[in-house]
Parts: sequence; structure tokens; C-alpha cells
Amino acid sequence: MNINRRNMIRASVKMAVAGTLGLQASRVMASPEDTAKALAAFAGDATPTAGTITLTAPEIAENGNTVPISISVDSPMTEDSYVESVTILAEDNPNPEVVTFHFTPASGVARASTRMRLAKTQNVIAVAKMNDGSVFTDTRNVKVTIGGCGG
Amino acid sequence: MAAKPRVKVPKKASAGYIITIKTLVTHKMESGQRKDKEGNVIPRKIINKFTCEFNGNVVFTCDIDPAVSANPYLEFSAKVMESGTFKFIWLDDDGTTIETTKDIEVS
Amino acid sequence: MHRVFEKTNVALTSLLLVAIVGTANAGGPVDEKLIIDGELEMITRTAAPEGHPLDEVISGWHYRTPETRALEADSFQNPGMLGVELGEEYWNKVEGTEGKSCASCHNDAASSMVGVGASYPKWHAPTSRPINVELQINQCRVNNMGAEEYAFDKSGQKPLTAYIKHQSYGKPVKLDLEEGDMKAWWEKGKELYYKRTGQLNLSCASCHEKNNGKYIRADHLSQGNVNGFPTYRLKQAGLISTHNRFRGCIRDTRAEFPKAFSDELMALELYVTWRGTGLSVETPGVRQ
Ligand code: HEC
Ligand code: HEC
Repeated sequence: MNINRRNMIRASVKMAVAGTLGLQASRVMASPEDTAKALAAFAGDATPTAGTITLTAPEIAENGNTVPISISVDSPMTEDSYVESVTILAEDNPNPEVVTFHFTPASGVARASTRMRLAKTQNVIAVAKMNDGSVFTDTRNVKVTIGGCGG
Repeated sequence: MAAKPRVKVPKKASAGYIITIKTLVTHKMESGQRKDKEGNVIPRKIINKFTCEFNGNVVFTCDIDPAVSANPYLEFSAKVMESGTFKFIWLDDDGTTIETTKDIEVS
Repeated sequence: MHRVFEKTNVALTSLLLVAIVGTANAGGPVDEKLIIDGELEMITRTAAPEGHPLDEVISGWHYRTPETRALEADSFQNPGMLGVELGEEYWNKVEGTEGKSCASCHNDAASSMVGVGASYPKWHAPTSRPINVELQINQCRVNNMGAEEYAFDKSGQKPLTAYIKHQSYGKPVKLDLEEGDMKAWWEKGKELYYKRTGQLNLSCASCHEKNNGKYIRADHLSQGNVNGFPTYRLKQAGLISTHNRFRGCIRDTRAEFPKAFSDELMALELYVTWRGTGLSVETPGVRQ
């Protein structure tokens, strides 16, 4: 991973975070600072690099109440080298934190799935932290369509 | 009355094999963001932590925030080397736990 | 959404029409098969029964997104199964003055209740009207157990109904219209289905017959079949009963809505269930 690419990714993470500013219509949303803070709390000083982790999420969620997501990290899972944890953040939810998975070498593979709530259309960010402190990230935009009919 | 937690673990596996575990538990996951008819905030009450152990050793844990959907679903993996028992623990905000176990035969 | 309806009825009526017309060619049922756990193939499309206005009856499953469809196709991941398993606990629970549970008389539902849920509503001679599974449960609770009726959607009603219907998982819906006055009730249900009501002047048919396959705002309209009920709805994160769904749909046309288990809703359930004749019971279906 060369420096240029790292910087680019750092910029794009910042942009993604800042992008919510323009949309901030309601006070129940997390602020971009909240997301940045949550990211820093998880990743420390490390700059997240794109790749290695894959986040799977629907392009369109029929209802923001139940959005299936999965993560998978391409990494060995040995005592020497393994994925410690993966956190999921949702930029435009009331609070950005969603869930943090903690793996061990006994996990065999760093894969996990759950279902989450999304207040509106937004970016979902997955961040993986390896036992050597390196950090990787992936982002998906999920469009939330909330049906207004039929109760 | 509440349903028992649902856990899916293969009954048998070969040593060194990575199995998939699925869990589903009944819980409202009251986010603390909703209001009742009178406009009062309904207090947060969620499952905030999940732990999976195998023969007493931690395999996978998970910190859960209110953004996880009601009736939380968790799917993850485990590498099994020997026969034994998986233990699953869901921790509620109120301090109570939901627990269940599943045995696996490894050859 | 409902608050919006109240404020801007007129605007909404036209918005509604624009929403339907504006996307007239989008959508339609997906061409996929529902095979539960890769083992049990469900009948989700079939030739309509004689006298049906459409050529083919299609399950609401075909109108949902890939993720929602996948939830139903995996019987472990289907969150409605939590409700079914809760139903099993109610099945075995002793209640009432007779000291009995459902199992005391009906033993293992996995054999005694197979196919039962696929044939409701049924004619009920003692009360001279069609009854659904919910009302049959109440009959047994009062007459055979000396227990209280379940109030609408309360206590064990939804889980127990889901549990009983789930014993017909995959079995085709088939009603017996020859018994009692079933035909007259069918006619009454049909009349209600086509009757335009409410401030939006819509009938069930306006949405589910004329416009199925199209989008109404963000919602992909299905034929409005009931073969998956009680369904697990992502919106409420719980089981939703047939009459709750009907009332929701009627309320959305801004009409007065009848009570659960009223003659109107029983007639409607009978007719709407018949419209889905031949579809597999999917209980618990998963919907948005
Ligand atoms: C004391 C015995 C008894 C108990 C307890 C009892 N039932 Fe029944 N149940 C009957 C009898 C008798 C019938 C009528 C059989 C018939 O005519 O087909 C019946 C009919 C039914 C049917 C209709 C079957 C069909 O083929 O249409 C259902 C469904 C049912 N019971 C459910 C329940 C449930 C759920 C409970 C517990 C809440 C319950 N029963 C408790 C005796 C009992
Ligand atoms: C304004 C349009 C509209 C009207 C009128 C309407 N519905 Fe619906 N209905 C919907 C929408 C939207 C949904 C959710 C998407 C879908 O499955 O069609 C729905 C869903 C349903 C479902 C659930 C289908 C499933 O697969 O789970 C049933 C059953 C239903 N409606 C019955 C009725 C009945 C009966 C009436 C008349 C009393 C009616 N609807 C009137 C819009 C409408």
C-alpha cells in the first residue's frame, strides 16, 4: 500500500464523513464528528486502508428496521496474525455505532453477519483492526425505502 | 412467555473444519430513541453483549448497540479441533442473561 | 405517513395516482423459486381457480427484494420462526378450569394439525358463520379448556395461529365452499373487495388487482394474498395477523375500518384466501 493511496483513502473517509453535513436536516442524526470520534475510538491513530475487508449490504433496503449486513476479512487466523475486531458504523443514524465483532484464532475465519437499523439512506462503514494494529475499511451506500402503505 | 433462543450448530464435523454458527433470540431491542403516545422517551433496553465459548474458551464476542435490529441475529464461524460444548450468552441491559448450549462431535 | 395523510388528503390522492401511473412499467413479480432450505419447494405461482379475475395467482414473496426473499428461504434465519416456536409453547401450556392444554386432546401438532391451516376459513355450524384459525382456537379455549378467549392479537393468539398454520408449510391453500353458507359469505367478501371506499375512493382491487407489480411510492404492490399469514413484517419486527393487515390497508384508504373478526373482515378473509387458492401456506412469510 503506497503513501499516495493511503492519503487518497484518508481523504475519501473524511469526505464521506463530511458529506453528511449538507444533509443534516434533523437533530436526531449523529454528527460527522460523532462518526469520526467513533472511528478514532476504534482505530486509534491508524489510518484505515481500503481493501482486505468486504462489507456486504443491500443496495436497497425495503425497510430500515431490518437490514442484513455481512463482513468478511481476508486474513489468516493464527496466534501470530489474526483479525482482532470489526466495527460497523452508520453515519446518519442517531448514534453511529452499530456493532463490534471480536474474533479469536479459534474463530477460524473473520466472518460475521447481523441485521441492523438504518434511519435513512446513508453510508455503512465497516472497519477491521488486525492484531498488529493495522486497520482496513469498506463502505456501502444503502438506500432505505420506507413503505408508507398497508399499516 | 418467551421463545427459547435459536442456535444452529452442526452436530458433527471433522477436526480442523471451520463451521458456521447461526443464532437468533427474541428481544425488542428498545433503542432509547422512541417515544410513547404521551411523548415520553421509552427507556433503552437492549442486548448489549453476546459471547460464544467453546469448552470454556472464548471463540467470538460482540458489543451490541441499539442500531442492531429487534430479535438480534448473529452469524459467525468457529474452527473445531475436538468434541465439546458451545455456550452462548446474551447479556441484557438489565443485567439478566439468556443462555444456551450446543454439543458438537468432532472426529 | 399516516399523519401526512391526514394533513394533505387531496394532494395525496393525486400523489398516489401519480406514484402508481408514473412507474407503470417498472417492477413485476421476480422469476425465482422459493425453496426453503434448498429442500422444500413452495408453490408461489399457480393457475387461478375458476371464476378468478386473474390468470395466475402469485405469492407476495415474488414482489419483495432479494434480501427479504432470502430471509424467508432460510427457515433458520426467518425471524417469524421465533413466533412459531413460541406457539409450540402455548400449545403445550395447561390453562383453564379443565386443566388441559391443546396437546392434551390434539397430541403432537406435527401430525394432528397437518393441512388444517390450509383449509381455513371453514364453515362453523354451531355459530352459523365461517371461522378462521384464531376463532377456532378461541372455540377450543372456551368450550374444551374452560379458559378465556384470546383478545385480538393478544397473548398466544398470533404465535399459536402461526404454529398451527406452519404445520401446513408448503401445502396448497384449499377452501371448502360447499359447506353451509360459505358461498353467500364468499359473495359478500367479493363485494367488499371491489367496493371503493374512503376519502381516496379505492378498493382492494384498485391496488392489488389492477396495479400489482407496480410501485406505490416505495412499496412494490403484490396481489395481496394471505398464504403467508401471520407474516413477519420487518417494519414491526414481529408477527402480523391477517386482520391487522386488512385493517392497515383499509385505514390507508382513509375509510372507517371494521373490527377484527367482524362479519365484514371474516367475509373478506374468506374471499381473499380463496383468491390465493393453490398457493403454498408460507406461514411465517417474511414481508417488508
Ligand atoms: C378437551 C379437548 C380439546 C382441547 C383441550 C382442545 N381442543 Fe381443539 N378440538 C377439540 C375437538 C373435539 C375439536 C373438534 C374436532 C372436529 O370436529 O374436527 C377440536 C378442533 C380443533 C381445531 C380444528 C381442527 C380442524 O380440522 O379444523 C383446531 C385448529 C384446534 N382444535 C385447536 C386447538 C388448540 C390451539 C387448542 C389449545 C388452545 C385446542 N384445540 C384445545 C378438542 C380439544
Ligand atoms: C392504496 C393501495 C392499497 C389498497 C387500497 C389496499 N392495499 Fe393491501 N397492500 C398495499 C401495500 C402497499 C401492501 C404492501 C405491499 C404488497 O404486498 O402489496 C399491501 C399488502 C397487503 C397484504 C399483504 C400481502 C402479503 O403478501 O403479505 C394483504 C393481504 C392486503 N394488502 C390485503 C388488502 C385488502 C384485503 C384490501 C382491501 C380491503 C387492500 N389490501 C387494500 C396497498 C393497498
